[in-house]
Amino acid sequence: MAQAARSEKLSIVVTANQWWWDVEYQSADPSKTLRTANELHLPVGVPVRIQLKSSDVIHSFWVPNLAGKQDLIPGRTSDVTITPEKIGLYRGQCAEFCGVQHARMALNVQVESYADFVNWWERQLVPPKPPANALAAAGYAYVTSGPCSVCHTISGTPAQGRVGPDLTHLASRRSLAAGTLPMGKGNLYGWVADPQSIKPGNRMPTIGLEPDQLHAVVAYLETLK
Amino acid sequence: MTVPAHVREEDERLARERKKLARDGSKLKGARLEARLDKSWARPPGIIGWISTVDHKEIGRRYIVTALIFLALGGALALAMRMQLARPDSALIGAARYNELFTMHGTTMMFLFAVPVMQGVALYVLPLMLGTRNCSFPRLAAFSYFTYLFGGLLLWGAFFLNIGPDVGWFAYTPLSGPEYSPGKRADIWAQMVTFTEVAALAVAVVIVCTILKQRAPGMTLARMPLFAWAMLVTGIMIIFSMPSVALASAMLISDRLVGTHFFNHFEHGDALLWQHLFWFFGHPEVYIIFLPATGFVSVIVEAFCRRPVFAYPVVVLALVATGILAFGLWVHHMFTTGLPRVGYSFYTAASMTVAIPTGLQIFCWLATMWDGRPRLEVPMLYVIGFIVTFVIGGLTGVMIASVPLDLQLHDTYFIVAHFHYVLIGGAVFPLLGAIVYWYPKITGRMMNPTLGKIQFWMIFLGFQLAFFPMHLSGLLGMPRRVYTYPAGLGLELPNLLSTLGSLVVGAAVVLFVVNGLVSLFRGAIAPDDPWKAPSLEWATRSPPPPYNFAHIPVAESRTPLWDQPDGLPVVTGLRVDEKELLVTTVVAAAPDMREPVPHASPWPFIAAVAVAIVFIATIFSPWALAMGIVPAAIALAAWFWPKEIKREPEPVIT
Repeated sequence: MAQAARSEKLSIVVTANQWWWDVEYQSADPSKTLRTANELHLPVGVPVRIQLKSSDVIHSFWVPNLAGKQDLIPGRTSDVTITPEKIGLYRGQCAEFCGVQHARMALNVQVESYADFVNWWERQLVPPKPPANALAAAGYAYVTSGPCSVCHTISGTPAQGRVGPDLTHLASRRSLAAGTLPMGKGNLYGWVADPQSIKPGNRMPTIGLEPDQLHAVVAYLETLK
Repeated sequence: MTVPAHVREEDERLARERKKLARDGSKLKGARLEARLDKSWARPPGIIGWISTVDHKEIGRRYIVTALIFLALGGALALAMRMQLARPDSALIGAARYNELFTMHGTTMMFLFAVPVMQGVALYVLPLMLGTRNCSFPRLAAFSYFTYLFGGLLLWGAFFLNIGPDVGWFAYTPLSGPEYSPGKRADIWAQMVTFTEVAALAVAVVIVCTILKQRAPGMTLARMPLFAWAMLVTGIMIIFSMPSVALASAMLISDRLVGTHFFNHFEHGDALLWQHLFWFFGHPEVYIIFLPATGFVSVIVEAFCRRPVFAYPVVVLALVATGILAFGLWVHHMFTTGLPRVGYSFYTAASMTVAIPTGLQIFCWLATMWDGRPRLEVPMLYVIGFIVTFVIGGLTGVMIASVPLDLQLHDTYFIVAHFHYVLIGGAVFPLLGAIVYWYPKITGRMMNPTLGKIQFWMIFLGFQLAFFPMHLSGLLGMPRRVYTYPAGLGLELPNLLSTLGSLVVGAAVVLFVVNGLVSLFRGAIAPDDPWKAPSLEWATRSPPPPYNFAHIPVAESRTPLWDQPDGLPVVTGLRVDEKELLVTTVVAAAPDMREPVPHASPWPFIAAVAVAIVFIATIFSPWALAMGIVPAAIALAAWFWPKEIKREPEPVIT
C-alpha cells in the first residue's frame, strides 16, 4: 500500500460546496478511493496536486501557510500543487464570498509523516464497526434509515446520500460543520439538535429530534472514529 | 457677382432686428445689466420650479448633498459592521444581515456616493471655473440627478423593507444568479446599477461637452485649470467604462428574469464573463473616483501655496496616462481565478506602471509646496493628509500588483486596508478639503476653521487607527466579507483597534456635518475670493447669481485672477433678454457662437419618473419593459418637442 501510493502521484479532488469542503483521495484502485470532508491530510515533503471544483458558486481554496489562493469556479477545474514542508496543523478558509455562511467555511489541513499519512488513509478506508451498545444501535438505525441518510454517506451502511459531507469517520475529525465547532460530545449534541442556530442559513435543516433520538444519534456518531 | 435683391433685403431686415436685441456691452452694464439678467435667468418659483430647474448650481448642489447623505448612511453601516467585528464569534449581527450590510456599504459608497459626489462638485464648480453661464445640456443634468436619486431610493427603500441586496457590491455570478439568489435582492442591486449608470453617463456627457465647448474665450486647453483636465479625463473614462457594467447588469437581470444563460455554465455560459465585464468597469471606476480628487488637490495646492502648480504639462499628461492605463488593469482583480499565467504579467506590469503617473503628480504637488508659501488652512491640511495616506495606499497597491503576493493577500483585510487608504485617503480627504474650499462660494459663508482643524485631526488619526491594523489582520489571514472570525488566531487586537478607530472617524464626520450646518447660518460672510485663489469661479459673487457672470470673462493665463488683479477683460454681445451663453472652439477657446440655454422644464423630471417606473417594474415582470417605454417615450418626446421656429438673427461675435 505504501509502495503503491508512493509510486503513483497523489491526486486529490477538493469540491467546494455552500459551505463545506468535499475531499476525495483518488487512486487507480477504486477500492482505495477515499472520500471525506472538511479535512485534508497531506504527507510532508511530497508534491500533491489538488484539483479544485465547485458544485455551486465560486469559492476560493486558501491555506495561507501552504499556498496562495485558487478559486473554485463552477464549470471549470483548476488545480494547485502543494509541497508541505513542515508537519503540523494548518487552517484553510474559503476566501471568495460564497453566500450567507462564507465566514464558516474552514478546512483543517493535517500535514504528517508519510507513514502516518498512509496509516490514516488505511484507517479511513475501513468502514466503522457496527455499534456495540443498544443506545448507539438505536442511533445507527435512525441515522442510516431516517432523514440523515438522505444527504450523508456512512460507508458500509445504507446511508449513501451525496448532498452533504461524508460522515464515515466523523468522530475522528478535529471539527464539526467546516470548522465551526471543535469536535466533541457537547458540540455534536448542539449541532445535531439545532444546526440552524449554530450556522444560520446552512443547508442542514433542524429536524427536531426527540431527546431519546438525540441521545441515540450522538452516541452513534461518536462511534464513527 | 451681384447680390440678388431678395437676399439683400433679408440681410437688411436681419441687421435691423439685430439692433433691437438687448445685449450686454458698454451701454448695458452694472446694476441695470444684472437686473435684466436676473429676470431672464430666474426659474419659476415653488415646487414646480424646484423640479424644473436647469441651473447647474442647483443641480450640482443637490447632487453633492444627496451623495453626502448616502455617505453618512454608508458610513453608519460601516460602523455597524465594525461593532460586529470588534470581538471574535460575536453574535451582535447575524450572518445574513451582515452580508446585507457590507453589500449595501460597498454599493452605496461606490455607486451612490463616490462617483456622484465627484460629478456633483464638477457640475457645480466647472461652469464657474470655466467662465460660462451654465453647463451644456442642463436638462440632461437635471434628468441625471433625478435618475440617480430614484436609484438610491430604490436601493435604500429595499434595504429598509428587508429586501436589500446581499450578494456583495461586485455581485459575482453564479451567486447572484437565479439559482443561488432567489427572491428580488439581486435584481434590486442590478437595477440600482442601471439607474446609476444612466445618471453617471449623462453627467459625463455634460461635463465633457462643457469642458470642450464652453470655456471662457482665451482659456485654451493649455490654460485650463487642472480640475477641468481631471474631469475631462474622468468624463471620457465614464463614457468608456460604464457601458461595460451596463451590459453586465443587463445580462444578469435577463438571466434572472427571462431565463437567459449568459453566466450559466451548464448552458455554455461562463461565470467568469461577469468578472471580466464587471472589472473592466470596476477598475476604471477607482480612477473615476480618484482623478477628480487629484483635480481638487491641484486646485487647493495652487491656491494655498500661492504658486501655479509645478510642471503643469506633467500633471496633465499624468492624468491622461492614468486614464488610459486604468483600462489595462482589470485582471488584477482576477489573479486567483486561474486565467493563463502569461497574461498575468501584462496586468502586473500595467498595475505597477500606473504608479508612475500618480507618483509624478505627487512630486509635482510636493514641488509646488516646496517652492510656494503654503498656508496651513483646513483644505491644505486635507491635502497633506491625502498625500501621507495615499502614498501608503499606493505602495500597498504596488505590492499586490505582484501575482505571488496577491495570491496570498487577495480578498483579505490587507486589500480592505489598501483600498480604503486609496479611496478615503485618495478621494474622501481631498473631497472634504474641496468642500471646505468651495463652501464659501456655494453658500456665501465660511466654515468654522477651528472646528475644521479639530475635525481634520480626528478623521486623519481615526482613519489610521481604523485601517492600519487591517493590514495586519489581512496578513494574519483574515478574509474579507466574513461576519465573524474565530478566537485564537491573533485577530482580536487588530479588529478591536479598527473598531475604535472607526468610532473616531464616525465622530469626526458628525463634527463635519455640524460645522457645515451651523456655518450655513452663523459662518462669517464670505467675500468673492476668500482664499485669494486664481481661477475664474472666484471672480463672481459668493454665492454666484443664476447667470454666474454678468459679462463672460476672458482668460489670458492659467491663473487669471492673479495676473489681472484689477479686473478681468470681458466679452460682450450676449443677449440679456434670453438665456444665452458663449460656445468656444475646442482647442483655442476662440469664440465660436452664441448658444441659447434651455429653459426650465418639468419634463426631465417626468422622464426620470417614467424611466424609474420602467427600471423598477422590470424587476417584477419582463412585460414592464414593453409597456413602460410608452410613458418614457411620451416624456422624452415632450422634453425634446421642437419650439416654434422664429427666424432670429445669428450674428457672429468677432
